[in-house]
Amino acid sequence: MSPEYSGKLRKKIDEIVTRYPKKDAALLPVLHLVQNEVGFISPEEEKLVAQALGIKPMRVREVVSFYTMISSQPLGRYHIQVCSNLSCHLDGSDQLIDYLKRKLGIGVGETTADKKFTLSTVECLGACEQAPCMMVNFEYYGQLDEARIDQILDRLI
Amino acid sequence: MEEKILTRGFDIKNLFEIDVYLQHGGYKAVENALLGMTPSAVLEEVKKANLRGRGGAGFPAGVKWSFVPQKAETPKYLCVNADEGEPGTFKDRYIMSHNPHLLLEGTIIASYAVGIHLALIYIRGEYEAIARRLENAIADACERGYLGKNILGTGFGLDVIVHRGAGAYICGEETALLESIEGKRPYPRLKPPFPASVGLFQNPTVINNVETLANVPLIILNGAQWFVKKGLPKDGGTRIFGVSGMVKKPGIYELPVGTSLRKIIFEYAGGMRKGKKLKAVIPGGMSAPVLTADEIDLAMDCDSLAGANSMLGSAAIIVIDQETPIFEVLKTVTKFYSHESCGQCTPCRIGTSWIHKIVERIGQGDGEEDDIDAIIRLASNILGKTLCPLGDAAALPILSLCRKFRGELEERLPR
Repeated sequence: MSPEYSGKLRKKIDEIVTRYPKKDAALLPVLHLVQNEVGFISPEEEKLVAQALGIKPMRVREVVSFYTMISSQPLGRYHIQVCSNLSCHLDGSDQLIDYLKRKLGIGVGETTADKKFTLSTVECLGACEQAPCMMVNFEYYGQLDEARIDQILDRLI
Repeated sequence: MEEKILTRGFDIKNLFEIDVYLQHGGYKAVENALLGMTPSAVLEEVKKANLRGRGGAGFPAGVKWSFVPQKAETPKYLCVNADEGEPGTFKDRYIMSHNPHLLLEGTIIASYAVGIHLALIYIRGEYEAIARRLENAIADACERGYLGKNILGTGFGLDVIVHRGAGAYICGEETALLESIEGKRPYPRLKPPFPASVGLFQNPTVINNVETLANVPLIILNGAQWFVKKGLPKDGGTRIFGVSGMVKKPGIYELPVGTSLRKIIFEYAGGMRKGKKLKAVIPGGMSAPVLTADEIDLAMDCDSLAGANSMLGSAAIIVIDQETPIFEVLKTVTKFYSHESCGQCTPCRIGTSWIHKIVERIGQGDGEEDDIDAIIRLASNILGKTLCPLGDAAALPILSLCRKFRGELEERLPR
């Protein structure tokens, strides 16, 4: 991270911090911001965040390592997250996950060689009436079948 | 009959925009409460309405508010629980995306009643688009003088912050939610003290579910009596039932509290898909113990479900058909809890993962004769031995599946 860039990021972080009655409360929103900007939270970003909030880097690590949506590894440009919880499972999410594995040539938790796609399974996304469903980055897609998955992924560049 | 009081207006185009909302009588409840009622009169009205929490525990909202000390030296907070992580639940997503201002009205009125000047909406991280919609709604409400300092010239002020979670079921538990906002690992706290006296940053805090708060403006506009009549004397209003699984018409159905479960599945949700037969129902989100096909002549209210040894929870109904092996249900349930146990209490951390390992082993064809007994023993050892309700929420559905469908599960084991 260039000093110029980290300066800009720091400004955005400080803006978030001012919204809260206590600095610590800004940790999760700040991690969302940094992940959105940088792509993932490496030890370097942990340090930056810790400095901005005036807490120890270990405190940041404790939080980063807990939440599934905060990634300490780089992800593909499109993060595909397929729900594998009950309502989606009843509607065939297992078969769709297998289909995506074959289509992308990767396993769950892996990223394609061109860094375009990362495939994950997740617990309930809160869209059970549209089962089976998935998220691509923050976009929700429901009532999936293989043809619809093809259609969705083909549109992504 | 469907009783649309909360979801009324969901088909109005762009109701999430403040001008459209105002054209349809929006912010009238805030005006009535702030300009025409004292905070204690608001609290009394909500108490009389017997509005029970819609998040899962079913605790009366007015009573919860009254636990917060009226005169506190320290600030008080309202946390809106929009984490909606309970599998099968998607009702709050509908409320927030279709009618964010209704939630804001409820938030303003609740804060006025309790004397709160900062509310945080803790929304699950995946609902990113909805979080943005809420932020826009907040900005618009500030501009029109319904939020911010000196609301409607009353001297009462309230700020609202939207705070996104990051993918952890445990954060729906109210004290884990507080820890999460405080920027810590979301380990639930030991209760007591309850958040009403020691909550966010050690200050008195009210935590209410989205649907609970969205009902508050309706109570103010129409009165407690009206609200009680919509539901049951001790459990007022409607519930937004979310139906998913093997029904013809999955979706949300707003119905009076106490509507029969059979009716919800077979009339409103259109019955079973493609001639499938009903095998089992999870009536209140994954934490609720399962019901068999002949146990569904039940009124869907907190007390009736408790009487049937299950729970109304978040009123999320998952319908399972005869062709689905119960083993698959058990596997999904155990996978979920072993993944989502926060790891703080040993019985839950170790118990859920052991159970899931046994279930996986059975799935691979390596089951042992006494595996179901082992699962029952492990689940029983979680029950009542953890700080927060997640332990029970894991153990109870697992125990119900093992006990009610033991015969079918044992077909997977060597004889």
